[in-house]
Amino acid sequence: MNNNSDVLIIGGGVIGCATAYYLAKQGVNVTVLEKKQIGEGGSSRNGGGVRQSGRDPRELPLAMAGIKNLWPTLSEELGMDVEYYKKGNLRLAKTAGHIKILEGLTERAVAKGLDVKMIDAQEVKAICPYLSDEVIGASWCDTDGHANPMLTTLAYYKNARRLGVRFITGENVVEIKKIRGKARQVITEQNIYEAEQIILAAGYESRAIANTVGIDIPMNRVLLEALATEPQGKMFEQMLGTAEADFYGHQSTHGSFVFGGSSGFDAYTSNFDTPINNSQTAACICRGIIGYFPILADAKIVRTWAGWIDECADHVPVISFVEEVPGLILACAFTGHGFGISPMVGTLLAEMIVDGKPSLDLYELRYDRFKTKL
Amino acid sequence: MNKIIDRSIDLGPYWPQEDDDLIICRCEEVTKGEIRKAVHEGMVTLTEIRRYLRTGMGLCQGQTCAKLVKNIVARELKIAPNELESAVSRAPARPVEMRVLANEVITGGENHE
Repeated sequence: MNNNSDVLIIGGGVIGCATAYYLAKQGVNVTVLEKKQIGEGGSSRNGGGVRQSGRDPRELPLAMAGIKNLWPTLSEELGMDVEYYKKGNLRLAKTAGHIKILEGLTERAVAKGLDVKMIDAQEVKAICPYLSDEVIGASWCDTDGHANPMLTTLAYYKNARRLGVRFITGENVVEIKKIRGKARQVITEQNIYEAEQIILAAGYESRAIANTVGIDIPMNRVLLEALATEPQGKMFEQMLGTAEADFYGHQSTHGSFVFGGSSGFDAYTSNFDTPINNSQTAACICRGIIGYFPILADAKIVRTWAGWIDECADHVPVISFVEEVPGLILACAFTGHGFGISPMVGTLLAEMIVDGKPSLDLYELRYDRFKTKL
Repeated sequence: MNKIIDRSIDLGPYWPQEDDDLIICRCEEVTKGEIRKAVHEGMVTLTEIRRYLRTGMGLCQGQTCAKLVKNIVARELKIAPNELESAVSRAPARPVEMRVLANEVITGGENHE
């Protein structure tokens, strides 16, 4: 098989798979290169939030457009249940300090046109009666929700593959090579691939690859952990978070609760070869959960897991053409909140390839927005 | 997993087998036929199969079915089972109540005797 295609996508995560799907739907010839396996990074190891509340104003338009136009019909579109629930997001508070944090977030989101509001303890209880009496209020966005990130990633993969996208896993990309001033070749440890356009969507690994054409996106690799309980009877369908990020998560279709969180030491205990659990972290997340859900104290944890996020200096993604490197598009630095916007990001990247520009203004997510502090 | 795999390779059509109804993952009730079909749908690592079908995600965490799943996937891919990397195991080794896992006494220096 020859190694030429119209578009090469580096990274087989949810962004790469979604983009490949939307491109293939328009008849574009796509190859996806993945170092390990499909959804190996944050794509299959996240809390599943499909939310708008608590987002930076710069990425909020993407989240809102996706929840309005793409998520509600995604299961039908992909012919597979991605377990999407649009039942709201409660961000919980126990103290006056928490309330203050949430009021700030709410105010900024409302200014951007999001329907989110502060509610009191009684209203919280009416939405989710299982919460501790210590909860004194919350922010509430009723169009938020959650989905299954593993299934969503694989559903995009499966459908892209069905439409003829060539996926090659086990390919470790070492370099992007310019030919006559234009990004043209992708060099892996063992092969060379060529395409008119290259999309770099490899999470944290994107940094080293972009470096080979002189572009540096300031991001770090940060470890997060999650845990799952044995299945419980159906309790509620909202997505949950707290003002201090003690934990976040939801009850899945399967009945398990899936919660994510951190110990606070994660930046110092990470193993940088394999995402390994730390014995302190699940215990810490459990204390956080029981503090809000005393009713879950007897639920058994069946599994914990760890994964990395690509944490950007200013905590929003880079989705951008690169002026110095025509033919290259960056889609990285999602900072742990890429899953909820992935269908929209895939759509926009496909538009950038096919129409030459995205239908939403991505100016604030440019690759060259980073400035020193003074 | 570090082998280069072109996912476009055609495995041929999926033919049903007589024992496709056999339950392989008992915790999550996943059948042999579902596992075989998943391979034809592009899931070619044990982790991808797990994320797609939930094999080994239940109470026993794959202690019953992991080897069986590996053999079925290998046969479908026409490779030897040891060419497939096992799915990762994670703590806890057996299910633990949240209150037990959370039960770490946090003391300051003043409590030391």
